[in-house]
Amino acid sequence: MGNGLEMLPKPMLKNKTKMSNAATVWEVFIQSKNGLAHKHVGNVHAEDKEMALQNARDLYTRRNEGSCIWVVKSEHIVSSVPEDEESFFDPSNDKVYRHPTFYNLPDGAKHI
Amino acid sequence: MNDLEKYTLRIADSALILSHRLSEWCSRGPSLEEDIALSNISLDLLGQANSLLEYCSKINGQTTADGLAFKRNEREFYNFQICELENGHFGDTIIRQFLFDSYTSLFFKKLSDSEDETLSAIALKSIKEINYHLRHSSNWVVRLGDGTELSNEKIQKSLNNIWKYTGEFFEMDELDNKMLANKIGVDNKELKKDWDNITNETFQKAKLVRPNDGHMMTGSKKGIHTENLGKILSVMQYIPRAYPNAKW
Amino acid sequence: MSEQTIDKKIDSKKKRKINYAFLQEQLFEDKINLEKKIEPKDWMPDEYRQHLIRQISQHAHSEIIGMQPEGNWITRAPSLRAKMILLAKVQDEAGHGLYLYSACETLGVTRDELNKQLHDGKAKYSSIFNYPTLSWADMGAIGWLVDGAAIVNQVSLQKTSYGPYSRGMIKICKEESFHQRQGYEIMAQMANGTKEQKEMAQDALNRFWWPSIMMFGPHDADSPRTGNAMKWKIKRKTNDELRQNFIDKTVAQAELIGLKIPDPDLKWNEERGSYDFGEIDWEEFWNVVKGNGPCNEQRLNHHKKAHEDGQWVRDAAKAYAQKQN
Repeated sequence: MGNGLEMLPKPMLKNKTKMSNAATVWEVFIQSKNGLAHKHVGNVHAEDKEMALQNARDLYTRRNEGSCIWVVKSEHIVSSVPEDEESFFDPSNDKVYRHPTFYNLPDGAKHI
Repeated sequence: MNDLEKYTLRIADSALILSHRLSEWCSRGPSLEEDIALSNISLDLLGQANSLLEYCSKINGQTTADGLAFKRNEREFYNFQICELENGHFGDTIIRQFLFDSYTSLFFKKLSDSEDETLSAIALKSIKEINYHLRHSSNWVVRLGDGTELSNEKIQKSLNNIWKYTGEFFEMDELDNKMLANKIGVDNKELKKDWDNITNETFQKAKLVRPNDGHMMTGSKKGIHTENLGKILSVMQYIPRAYPNAKW
Repeated sequence: MSEQTIDKKIDSKKKRKINYAFLQEQLFEDKINLEKKIEPKDWMPDEYRQHLIRQISQHAHSEIIGMQPEGNWITRAPSLRAKMILLAKVQDEAGHGLYLYSACETLGVTRDELNKQLHDGKAKYSSIFNYPTLSWADMGAIGWLVDGAAIVNQVSLQKTSYGPYSRGMIKICKEESFHQRQGYEIMAQMANGTKEQKEMAQDALNRFWWPSIMMFGPHDADSPRTGNAMKWKIKRKTNDELRQNFIDKTVAQAELIGLKIPDPDLKWNEERGSYDFGEIDWEEFWNVVKGNGPCNEQRLNHHKKAHEDGQWVRDAAKAYAQKQN
């Protein structure tokens, strides 16, 4: 019977890295303040990691919006696809016991 | 003019004129990212110039920082000649930036120990920016030197052409010696050894040949410049001079 | 397996494919209707993708080309502060261009391809930048009017349906409002200055007013792409709505600093609660769009030259990087 997955159209990202002029693309993640998680802000073009870091700093932290920058070559990013959504993400929504509010406290219990 | 003011003006003018030259790259960079990088450096230098000119203004109590920037004539500017040279191609600009940044990274480090509180504070703030500039310019010197045959050829030529302007970095005249004696100024001669080390290290990585020291250009401390400065000022100072009574 | 069975199997596969395609489209439309964002890996109609590539890249090109008319006055900025502000502003514009190229690339096109489209004249950019900047007051006019018009458009685009575009617009809007205020400050200062300054400011307004309101494009009725753009929530307000919004805001600002909008038909309409205004010179509009504005050729040549001059630098960077691997 099959589950139809083999017929799913691949995501439509066309890879045109064959052009000799094309610079490498890097995704940029900024940690705006110590203690916060890094956030994806966009991409930069650069040929090597040192220049990628500098370009990211120049473009995305011009007004001091960062304390730490990560750059990753776009080709190294592995992403889930929307079709995975159901199997990857749905199940935890109805596993009630995974959520931190799943407990009963005896009445009168204090400081807990 | 007061000694302290003149000494400060020299530092301010180099930042101001080099900032101006860098700003000419706007919308002309080899990539958008580089356009932003060069404008960034230009802005930093302009900020440094502004702080220093404000200090001069305070010292003389008569002219504003704008007055100093826009109303002095060619023989009253004291920037290093290297700062006023035409931008040329990206290699010319970047090698100049590298040589200047290497010098200022050392100069401002020493200046941050100045007994003059204002100069010391400005120096401390500027060092952070300059170290970033140096990282950028030295990275590019390496990439151009160790890139393609063409890029190596071009930047070697740039280096050979500009070398004679580096002598001015290490001059000490009567004013410099006075300021040094007062523990306000920096001993430029002493900076040479470290500068040689920094530059040689990068030249090696960049597969560039260090030019021999030949005849060095000189004169900016006395307001003697190349023919470039006059042209810069006629553009830079045009509006305030054309509309002397206007506020902008 | 008999031929019949095979045929049945193929048929049912086809049906499932069609059903699946139908589901994809339905999901896309649901997302649009529910104000959810479409992200790069989501399925989208090809027309939607192409429309976005065109719109986002044109927006990006506008930011980059826009650096030229303003960059023209950096070296002549009349005070240290003015120079710093203008340099920072033009730098911001480069940054905006980069955010937008970045968003566009998520749709499967490279920056090189976009550059080529610009150079070949296949891609357009905002016509306003085909006008020359003739005096320092133009820096005020551009900040106040051109950025002002851009803001009206961009605020609306913050809610656009495509995720990367929407996020780019939010970042850009934050910075753009500074630009407008700085431009207005220049105009205000000049309008309150010497006689020559005031004349210079009025002259700049005279030259930039009509091109600024032309920035919103043709009348809705004459704008063929508006239908789809509104349906897919790429565009959230129509050309005429945005234009009216801009005019209503700006007239009061001009009056406040004693400058006159160069439109004899400009009149407050109490009933509509808006300004009536004169008819745009559509001949000029289309002429400039076609490429016959004062600076079209100059702007493109400048951009091409910068690109060509930089080839050896980009090649060197690439060569160096390859040696490290």
